Amino acid sequence: MNLLIGALTFGLIGGLLAVGVYLTFRLFATVDLTAEGAYGLGAAAAGVLLAAGINPLFATIAGGLAGAAAGVVTGLLHTRLGVPRLLAGILTSTALYAVILFLMHGGDLSLAPHRTLVSIAEKAGADLVGGDGELILFGTPVGARNWMGFLYSFVLVAGTIFALGVFLRTELGLALRATGDNPRMATAQGVDVGMKLVLAYALSNGLIGGSGAIFAQYVGFANVQLGVGAMVTGLASLMIGETVFRRGGPWRGLAAAVAGAILFRLLVAGALMAGLNPNALKLVTATFVLVALLVGRALPGRNGADGGGATHGL
Amino acid sequence: MGSETALEVHGLTRTFRRGGDTEIRALQDVSLTLQQGEFVVVLGTNGSGKSTLLNEIAGGLPPESGTIEIAGQDVTRWPEHRRARLVARAFQNPFTGTAPNLTVAENLALAAQRGSGNRLAPALGRERMEMISQRVAELGMELEDRLETPMGQLSGGQRQALTLLMATLVRPELLLLDEHTAALDPRMAEKVMRLTQKMIHREGLTTLMVTHALPQAIRYGDRVIMMHRGRIAVEFSGAAKRMMRVQDLLDRFDQLRAADLLDESAEAMLRRLYV
Repeated sequence: MNLLIGALTFGLIGGLLAVGVYLTFRLFATVDLTAEGAYGLGAAAAGVLLAAGINPLFATIAGGLAGAAAGVVTGLLHTRLGVPRLLAGILTSTALYAVILFLMHGGDLSLAPHRTLVSIAEKAGADLVGGDGELILFGTPVGARNWMGFLYSFVLVAGTIFALGVFLRTELGLALRATGDNPRMATAQGVDVGMKLVLAYALSNGLIGGSGAIFAQYVGFANVQLGVGAMVTGLASLMIGETVFRRGGPWRGLAAAVAGAILFRLLVAGALMAGLNPNALKLVTATFVLVALLVGRALPGRNGADGGGATHGL
Repeated sequence: MGSETALEVHGLTRTFRRGGDTEIRALQDVSLTLQQGEFVVVLGTNGSGKSTLLNEIAGGLPPESGTIEIAGQDVTRWPEHRRARLVARAFQNPFTGTAPNLTVAENLALAAQRGSGNRLAPALGRERMEMISQRVAELGMELEDRLETPMGQLSGGQRQALTLLMATLVRPELLLLDEHTAALDPRMAEKVMRLTQKMIHREGLTTLMVTHALPQAIRYGDRVIMMHRGRIAVEFSGAAKRMMRVQDLLDRFDQLRAADLLDESAEAMLRRLYV
């Protein structure tokens, strides 16, 4: 049960990453490689602030804002300077590698000695039952610390995603979605599509940076390699989720991303327990995404008459 | 203040591939004025400059020289999305004017917030949904029950009718129609054209419509202009327009050709399109 709660917790945290990928990959039919750098940047920025004794919630938000800033850079490279989207993302990500090293004064930063969301959650758990006690959940004992850690991540992630879902159905959110779906139509309806693209990149990478910031606190360290493979992990999560929730409006998309991230974590935990070599994990994930893309192409008409358009317009 | 002129195009020039062997003078010193409420039909062959003219007015092309005023405001340097506050349009391709993965209601909501929609208010508030539902019902195409359907699942004709509705949901100062019935089957084209006429009449919209179809040019509009080689070659207005028959247009094409204003290929094309 503790293992399950742990997988659920990391699944939720990965949910923010998957939702960030959903914004660019589904709503804008583009692959934004800023994600790789933004995830690590969020972790590094939050880590440095935590080490300086900043409130963990603020540090987490700052991690998200750092990711958003990276997204703005990529968006401006594309819209103002005409750099192709894929290249713009790679440029930003590559540059961020150095930024992260500068921020952390090195490749690793341990958060163990500092006050983090997790240490607060664990303390709250310990206060609740006294020491290392356990709660009984569905007839099974669960460490109070694990349980509180899960609860904290749940509140953070659910709150963020609820706010995003509401936003996507506001006038501005609708203009954003229309821009991703048909920029010519959006322009004809008075939408400044360049600004909306920058905003989408900022939101997406903000969520991804936030995901990195929370993840770092749950594993207890930030690392310059943390973001490697973030894009593919997010894609895999999203694709798993979309087999559960068929594509539809924004709420369904967000639900698919989060559910997919949780299932992805459970699958990974299951595969590792079944004896999968952890070194092979990224190979397996990448293969999975490839297969999902090919299967998706072989089964057309899943997303309206015009097709999903997930693999063009890179 | 109180200008009666809806559109004032002055000395508009646009050259593609300037200086090259394949230089195309798409527009040459074109001037055109539309009074408020006027409905002008633009005829011309491929490459005559009629689509370029529409695109320049909508703001899709940066200006080379000349000025464009809409409802008394100089919009020459306005980007396309800013001009959309004043200008609404329907395209030849019925898929261009709508977003396929948004629902019918969401497409219409976007049109309803044209020129004001950067707010954090709900896009699909109750009042707006009621208005949208009513306006869709007025189309008489039984689409009011499909507001939650993704736009991509509708037919080209249905999407074009909704594009028209979107163009007029917020009253534009100028309506641009770029061969918006050309891609539809004849029955649907007729239906959409009748709908167009009805909306223009009801709202008193100033309209510039490009068409390939001579019968449309004869039946609709207060004035017909014909573009050729980037210039306005002929214009029928007033009594001449009202009395105009297809034969008159064809005779006029013959005269133009004789005067070397219109070459043979263009005339043949217009005849073919009519017959």
